[in-house]
Amino acid sequence: MVQFPKWQVALVLFVLLLGAVFAAPNLLSRETAENLPGWVPREQVNLGLDLQGGSYLLMEVDIDTVVRERLEGLVDGIRSALRRAKIVYSDIGLDGQAATFQVRDLQTVDQAREVIRDIAREFVMQVDDGGRFRLQYSEQSLKDLTTNVIAQSLEIVRRRIDETGTREPTIQRQGDDRILVQLPGLRDPERIKSLLGKTAKLTFRMVDESSVADGARVPAGSELLSSTELDTAGNPRRYVVKKRIMVSGDTLTDAAATFQDGQPVVSFSFDSIGAKKFGDATRANVGRPFAIVLDNKVISAPVIREAILGGSGIISGQFSVQEVQDLALLLRAGALPAPLSILEERTVGPGLGADSIAAGKIASILGFVLVIVFMAGAYGLLGLMANVALAANLIILLAALSGLQATLTLPGIAGIVLTLGMAVDANVLIFERIREEIANGRGPVTAIDTGYRRAMATIIDSNLTTLIAALLLFMFGTGPIKGFAVTLAIGLVTSMFTAIMLTRLLVVTWLRRRRPQQLAI
Amino acid sequence: MALIRKLPIAPNLNFIGHRKIFLAVSGALVLASLILLAGVGLNLGIDFRGGILIEVRTNGPADLSAMRSRLGSLGLGEVTLQEFGAEDEVLINVQRQEGEEEAQSAAIAAVKEALGTDVAEYRRTEFVGPKVGGELKEAGAWATVLAILGISLYVWFRFEWQFAVAALLALVHDVAAMIGFFAFTQLEFNLATLAAVLTVAGYSINDTVVIFDRVREVLRKYKKMPLLELLNMAVNQTLTRTLLTSFTTLLALLALTLFGGEVIRGFSASLIWGILIGTYSSFGLAVPLLTFMGLRRTVDDEEPGKTRSPEKAS
Repeated sequence: MVQFPKWQVALVLFVLLLGAVFAAPNLLSRETAENLPGWVPREQVNLGLDLQGGSYLLMEVDIDTVVRERLEGLVDGIRSALRRAKIVYSDIGLDGQAATFQVRDLQTVDQAREVIRDIAREFVMQVDDGGRFRLQYSEQSLKDLTTNVIAQSLEIVRRRIDETGTREPTIQRQGDDRILVQLPGLRDPERIKSLLGKTAKLTFRMVDESSVADGARVPAGSELLSSTELDTAGNPRRYVVKKRIMVSGDTLTDAAATFQDGQPVVSFSFDSIGAKKFGDATRANVGRPFAIVLDNKVISAPVIREAILGGSGIISGQFSVQEVQDLALLLRAGALPAPLSILEERTVGPGLGADSIAAGKIASILGFVLVIVFMAGAYGLLGLMANVALAANLIILLAALSGLQATLTLPGIAGIVLTLGMAVDANVLIFERIREEIANGRGPVTAIDTGYRRAMATIIDSNLTTLIAALLLFMFGTGPIKGFAVTLAIGLVTSMFTAIMLTRLLVVTWLRRRRPQQLAI
Repeated sequence: MALIRKLPIAPNLNFIGHRKIFLAVSGALVLASLILLAGVGLNLGIDFRGGILIEVRTNGPADLSAMRSRLGSLGLGEVTLQEFGAEDEVLINVQRQEGEEEAQSAAIAAVKEALGTDVAEYRRTEFVGPKVGGELKEAGAWATVLAILGISLYVWFRFEWQFAVAALLALVHDVAAMIGFFAFTQLEFNLATLAAVLTVAGYSINDTVVIFDRVREVLRKYKKMPLLELLNMAVNQTLTRTLLTSFTTLLALLALTLFGGEVIRGFSASLIWGILIGTYSSFGLAVPLLTFMGLRRTVDDEEPGKTRSPEKAS
């Protein structure tokens, strides 16, 4: 242990140099660091959202709604297919996650089976002896559907967030049906939340004039929808609107916020298919009202004055400027295939983040000073050497965090401070061993040699067990806790290295130079 | 100059002789913790129970009672307010709302609206839905159980099973004492403090392994020495190191508790208690427990060099 091969000396110096180089960018301002030439490491410690401020949003994609919508579509399809084939059926509808119906005449079962198979290829069909049909998604097609819906949702979420000009957002899938959005440095998460909270499904439909909107009786094929507009009594207006969609929002090519007669409005334009459909529909219904429906709410219900053939139009209503801008943004970015709900939100303001960094710095510096003063007092010269190792430990830890681009969180800073206290443990173990060996009457060189040798197994055993705890924290923890586990684990490894290699190098060098007859410890 | 010379290398304190006292103290501690847990319970943070937490800085000193009555009239159920570190900083806790996740977002909006211009800065807004809260609770419980088992397995792998059982019991003791601390102080128990519990488990086992290492060593060295005397010797020989390391760790934690900020104060304060407990349990519980395990005295000699005749003890 007192022999130090040249390559080991080189290794220690190399690691120290590497540590210094990778830690150095943290001394610079962010701008200076980013402008360093490409061949120098310029990564700074990656601050977590709790330190730099920002929002963490965990959202769930409501797949069930999509499944139900698809099944409703399937039911409509079955209805018309059976009618076309002149098969008499009854009791058609949804039963949980399945579409079901009954054929009257058992003779027609096989015919029905064939007709349905053509329109429901992705569904599993079961028919019992009584002529009752049951169709549901196969496991595979449900999985495919989920994957598609999530991929589309991710894309739409990304587009919506990009449109707001948020810098460096992280948007990723998590688990089966979740989307994680991380928005660093965001000052107003409420706007993003409200943007992501809307499906933004836009449809143009005719108002059903055969019925009054008093909620008493709604004809089949129509539905009662409430409006964003208020009536004179201050209650939301209600409209009976036909379920059949004239044109839907996915045929829009552009939307923008603008003004008309001093009122904020959204102007939009259709693609060629949408334009034709809209033109045909308006031509056929001049003089009647139609409804612009967004997420099952009527935005406005203007009367068609003349056929609209240009493929563009405006949406007016009781809007504020902000609402018009958001609506235009949502229409441009497209509709979400399924509603999103926020499961978890953590937003830290920039003020608290800055305060946490400042507090963490003070605590780290004070912790460092307390420990080195104590070590120097307790062990004298050896203590000073351990302190050099402790300082090197901090630098390498910082370098590792920067180089690996691990995220430093507030609990992570706590991990660093804790590491400061625990890092001297390896040295204390070694020094106490050396003390014992000297008390046993050994000379300095043998004492140091045996001290290191005997302490080594203990150091590795004890640190490995703590590493197990850190590993589990990393696996099961989320966000800030992961950050804590990372700094704790890196800190353990770097402290083992500095205690076993660096302090030993210092001690051995001192031993060679001075050749002390007695070890003052 | 080196003050360490004033400390004996191996004091001769009779720890194991008083093992019954230690065991009684530990038993009482665990029992008291369990009673506190059952009787008072933990003050669960929103991480585990779901709910809304908002930290605000007010314009001037906060008028807590006015804010309380304004938020209380929103019909959001239990709303608690507390001063948080400074007189113009307030922590608002809103209970989990009935209904789906949308109801929670609406509650946040309602609180923000009601506070209006009193608030200069929203420092933190956290919301955990019931679904995620349940998952975090489950993951936390798993992490704790797996950490204890994983560490014990490692000890089993490196030592004899008797050591692993003693380490396991000591770890359970530490975790129980930590939980008891949270039940007693009613400090918020959240993800960060759960991390503190696991860190204490890691620290405590670190301490225990150091002493166990020495036990194994003296077991090989002094084959004829009575077990009690031998265990005592191992504890005494490592005592200085045990105390020094705990002391430096406590120094660092003291700095963290005093200056690390309000957000992690519960975390750092509980770590201080945990380090004390973890240090105590390694010599006060883990080693005394070994006396009941029927340690085999003819330990397999992996390294024959270590079995030579006893060297003179200090």
